[in-house]
Parts: sequence; C-alpha cells; structure tokens
Amino acid sequence: MANMMYWEAIRRAHDEEMANDPLVICMGEDIGVAGGTYKATQGLYDKYGAERVIDTPISENGYTGIGIGASFVGVRAIIEIMSVNFAWLAMDQIFNSAAKVRYMSGGQLTSPVVIRSPGGTAHQLGAQHSARMEKVFMGIAGLRVVTPSSPKQAYGLLKSAVRCNDPVFINEHELMYNMKGEVPDTEFFHPLEGSEVVRQGKDITLFGYNISVHWCLQAADILAKNHGIDAEIVDLFSLSPLDRVGIAESVSKTHHAVIVEEAEAPVGVGSEVMAIINEECFFDLDAAPVRVSSANVPQPYNHKLELAAIPNKDNVVDAVVKLLGKS
Amino acid sequence: MNAADKKRLLKEMLYARRFEERCYEAYVDRKIGGFLHLYPGQEACAHGVLEAARPGEDHVITGYRDHVHAIKCGADPKEVMAELFGKETGSSKGRGGSMHIFDVKHHFYGGYALVGGPFPLAAGLAKGIKMKGGDQIAICFLGDAANNQGTFHESLNISALWKLPVLYVCENNLYGIGTRIDRSTAVTEQYKRVCGYDIPADQVDGQDIEIVYKAAQKAVKHVRSGKGPYFLELMTYRYRGHSMSDSNAYRSKDEEADWSKRDPILILKNRLIKAGEYTEAEHKKLDKKIIDEIENDVIKFAEESPEPKVEELEKYVLAENDPYVCAENVRGEQQ
Ligand SMILES: Cc1ncc(C[n+]2csc(CCOP(=O)(O)OP(=O)(O)O)c2C)c(N)n1
Ligand SMILES: [Mg+2]
Repeated sequence: MANMMYWEAIRRAHDEEMANDPLVICMGEDIGVAGGTYKATQGLYDKYGAERVIDTPISENGYTGIGIGASFVGVRAIIEIMSVNFAWLAMDQIFNSAAKVRYMSGGQLTSPVVIRSPGGTAHQLGAQHSARMEKVFMGIAGLRVVTPSSPKQAYGLLKSAVRCNDPVFINEHELMYNMKGEVPDTEFFHPLEGSEVVRQGKDITLFGYNISVHWCLQAADILAKNHGIDAEIVDLFSLSPLDRVGIAESVSKTHHAVIVEEAEAPVGVGSEVMAIINEECFFDLDAAPVRVSSANVPQPYNHKLELAAIPNKDNVVDAVVKLLGKS
Repeated sequence: MNAADKKRLLKEMLYARRFEERCYEAYVDRKIGGFLHLYPGQEACAHGVLEAARPGEDHVITGYRDHVHAIKCGADPKEVMAELFGKETGSSKGRGGSMHIFDVKHHFYGGYALVGGPFPLAAGLAKGIKMKGGDQIAICFLGDAANNQGTFHESLNISALWKLPVLYVCENNLYGIGTRIDRSTAVTEQYKRVCGYDIPADQVDGQDIEIVYKAAQKAVKHVRSGKGPYFLELMTYRYRGHSMSDSNAYRSKDEEADWSKRDPILILKNRLIKAGEYTEAEHKKLDKKIIDEIENDVIKFAEESPEPKVEELEKYVLAENDPYVCAENVRGEQQ
C-alpha cells in the first residue's frame, strides 16, 4: 500500500493506462506542458509526447466533441475539463453525442470517452466557479457518472472508466486533490457500479459521495461521542446508476436516512435517493428521510455567506439529532 | 489629445497600476479571496479605447480581469475595492468578487468568469441599443485565447449580419494562462481571423496609449455611424501571473524584460518629459499622492465597511415582489 494524494492517484491511473494502450490519450487546457491545474497529468507530456498529452485551446465543446469522435474509431480519450463550470459549454457533445450514440445507432457505435472535472465550492471562487453539476450529468441516460471520495477510488475508478465501453463522467472536487490515502501497489480496477459501506452502524444511514462522505465521517464520530448514535455511512461513488440494492439494504437495517450533498437540494442526489427509498423500502422507514444540502443560491463571494450557503459536518449532526428526536 | 489630456491619462494609468498592486498586497494579507486577475502592463488598452469612446454611456462588458475597465467607466474605486474585500458596500454587494464587478449605473455590464461568455452578451447589448435608437455603442474587451471559443465566431457572424453597433477589443497578451498563443491558435494574429466575417479589423501596439487612442477613435467612429461591428487587436503583455497562483514559469525572463521596457506608463511619461510638459519630480509627487489616496481613501473604506448579513444570503436570487409570480395578481389583471 502506498500513501498518496488524490491527484497522484489520478496521475498514476493516467500513466498506467497510457502505458497499457497506445490509443489512450488525454486532452485539456494546460494539462500538457504545465502538467494540469491540479497536477493530474504531471510529467506525462514528457513521457508520452504532444500527440497523446494534448494541450487544447479554450474550446470546450470543440475538444470534447473531438475526444468523442476519436472514441468512435478506437481512441480512448481522457478529457480534463478544468472546472465543471466550464463543462456546461461541452454539454451539447456530452448530452447529444456521447450519451446517445450507442442507442440511436442501434448498438453499432459507442463512445468510450472519459470526462474528468472538478466541481464544488473551493475558497471564494464565486458564482461562476463554484457549481456542482453531478445532478445534471446524473439525469443523462447513456452516461455513467462516478465520483471518488478517496485516492483509492480516484485511481481505481479512472482505470475502469478508461477500459469501460461506455462514456463515463468522473466528478472530482477542487478541495480534494491534496487529500491523502492508501492506494494498493498492485494494479486494480474499481467497479463503476455499486456503493460502499464505509462505516457500519445500526441507528441511521448517512448517504454521502465525494467530499460529503468526509462530512459524514466527521459527523458520525461526533454522533457516537456526544449523542450515543451509531451511524452507518454509505458512499455512493456511482451516481448513475445509483445502487438501489445497496441503498435499500442499509435503510432496511437502520430504518432512518439522511442524504448529504454539497449541491442545492432541488432535482439532486438527495431527491433521487429519497425516491429510491420510497420505491424500494418505504415500509422499513421509522421516520421521513432528510436532505442536508446547499442553500438554493448562486455561490456568493463573501466568505461568511459562502460558508452559510454550503453544508458541513455540524449540519449533518443537527439533522440526525433532529430526525432521531434526541439531543 | 493635448498635453492636459495626456497628463490626465498618465495619472489614470498610474492610479490603475497602484490600485492593482495594492490588491496584490491585500490578497497576500488574505483580505481578498478567490481568484484575482491583475491588469499591470495592459493599462493603455482600457484607457486608450475608452478615452476614444464615451465611458459611462457606452455599454462596456469584459471578462474576469475587470477592475480597471470598471473604474474607467466611472465605477468608484472605493466600491470596487470593497467588492474585493467582500463587503456590503462593494459594487456587487460582496456577492460577486473580483471577477464579477458590475456598475450598471455607469453602463459597465460586468465581469464574467467563463472565457468567451461576454461575446454574445456584447452583441446583445448592441442589439438593445439599436432597437432603442440610442447612439451608444457596446464595447467588449476580452483576451486573445478567448477567441478560440465558438461564441467568438458566432457573435462575429451575427453582429456583422445584423450590423450591430459593437466594438470587439482583443487585448492580445500572448498567453491564455500558461499556454502561449502559438500553441493554442492556428492563426496567431487575431485581426486576421475576423476577415472572414467582413468586419473591419486593425492590429496596433497596445502599449502606447496614443496609438491605441487613435486606432480606437477610428473604430468607434465606424461603429457609432451605424456601419456595424469593428475588431481592434491590441498587442500587449501582462506583467504579473495570470492569477495569484501563477508563477509565470512558462515565460522567459528575456521576454518579460523586453516587455517591461515597453511599459505603457513609462512610454507616456517619458514622452511628456521629453516634450518638456512634465518632470520626474512631478511624477514622484503624483505617485506618492496616488498611493496615499488609495491607502487613506480606498483601502480604509473597504476595511471599515460592513460585511453582508448572513440572513440576506438568499437576497438577489430572484426578483422581489414581482407582480407576475403571484396567481392572485395575475388573475386580477386579466379580469
Ligand atoms: C469556459 C472557460 N474555460 C476555461 C477557463 C479557465 N481560464 C480562465 S482564464 C483562461 C485564459 C484566458 O486567456 P485570454 O482570453 O487570453 O485572457 P487573459 O487572461 O490573457 O487576459 C482560462 C483558460 C474559464 N474561465 N472559462
Ligand atoms: Mg491572453
């Protein structure tokens, strides 16, 4: 086991996949000579050359479409979009081309492209640089959406995404690139579907993904110490498809659920998980599930407003205590 | 442009330089957060073009490197600094930050963070001006790398087709973050890319404000006379990194040194001194006065201003009390 940072794990996955298959390329703004805004492609330009580690112009819809087109004929492009806010510009190609081509060609064509991009609120980046877009991607049939909460997942999910024959969107987070964690020394592929119980508990299930898994872990410690509440945490690393079986299993055991997401609540991960709970295990519930999410506002610049807009571990603790009627 | 105008412009550019340098310090002191893109090196662009237009009346829009454009349009530097400090007294009430300075009162329609976003917005401003029959024009300031977005080409085509009164100003500083223009752009001379749309285009030295002013006068005249859009490419250089986290590792020291000799403030100052209109001593005095003014006036205001109230987090998301959102009102009007 090696202890490495999230960005190092992503870099390693790129490196191994590029070494394994000469048709794997990566593309994006400032990913080559500069090594990437978050260092996810550091050193690869020197190792694999400008034909395969490609600095693109600021033309998101263009180069994403080029990656998708190349994937029609066997190239495996890993596209980095510097910030998920810029992915809006590439939505046409992701939504109308990559996600639909298998279906509308009756299975003749597929687009095994990988699009990686960080979202989320970092530090006062303001309304146009703080969006979370996973809920948008989740709603696109034909696209897989995964979101790593640890270096291990970041490594293994990217490896599988490159090999998978479907288009995969990998939702990263600006604040997680320097997070450390254990990654196996030997090559491994993380399944693209499913969920993972990262903490066993009996009283309530906290659903998190990506950064919110960490808020759940911190909250679970506080709940155990200060309130005698034993929380289970389920990491929804696959947002599309969501793991209906895993969600139902945990809720059937704990009978209570809180869904924690950084995004605004409407049409989000929380609403979707609640719908699944209703559909799969409504009668196992002892109380109505609750969402912890961001205020429904464009992200403010002022630091206090910014902190007030997004959830944190304390909001999770409060929601659980209220839901269970304990204090 | 007479000697008094030149002296005033020198003062404005020096003010802009010191303002931006003070922002840098405030960022280091953590008074300013988020992304901060500074303007030193490019002052002659905003000042030269807007001097030839009607700042405050003409409709101006730009990207994230926006403080100086806003101030030249008439925004109060105190309010701009307060915005950077995230204060309620800021131009965008502390909600926007450095990349989103707005001063609609002075027809400054904002700073936008998505590269290429303002091109169609500028054409839209021009469409509005045209429909309302005004003689203002829209002016869009953006960088060289922005021209690789589809919005650039879409906006050029539409504004030429509809003969919209919009002036596109490309501040070509040779880089988009760390990528040099010849690594991102097939035709590096931006004015050439515009020919295909039959839009008149010019490329001039963006470091010499008199040259910028002259070229802009011609451009503004064309646009204001109803002949449609115009494209002006200004060759310039940013002296600092793209934003605060950038160390400029991708640029050579020689290149930087060459461009620092072509400092827009130096060029104008030396010309005035040579013509006997100005002295080094006057300049020193002016500089000190500006630095003091920024400290005692602008920074003090920003420091002492209150922050937005957390209870007002959801203010400005949607229109307040809009009559048409309420069923009762709307039904009442139909009867
Ligand atoms: C749509 C979009 N893609 C990428 C970025 C990241 N980005 C911010 S500024 C910039 C470079 C822009 O360069 P240029 O247009 O030349 O303007 P300059 O910063 O040099 O003034 C990039 C790539 C962004 N903000 N928006
Ligand atoms: Mg540039």
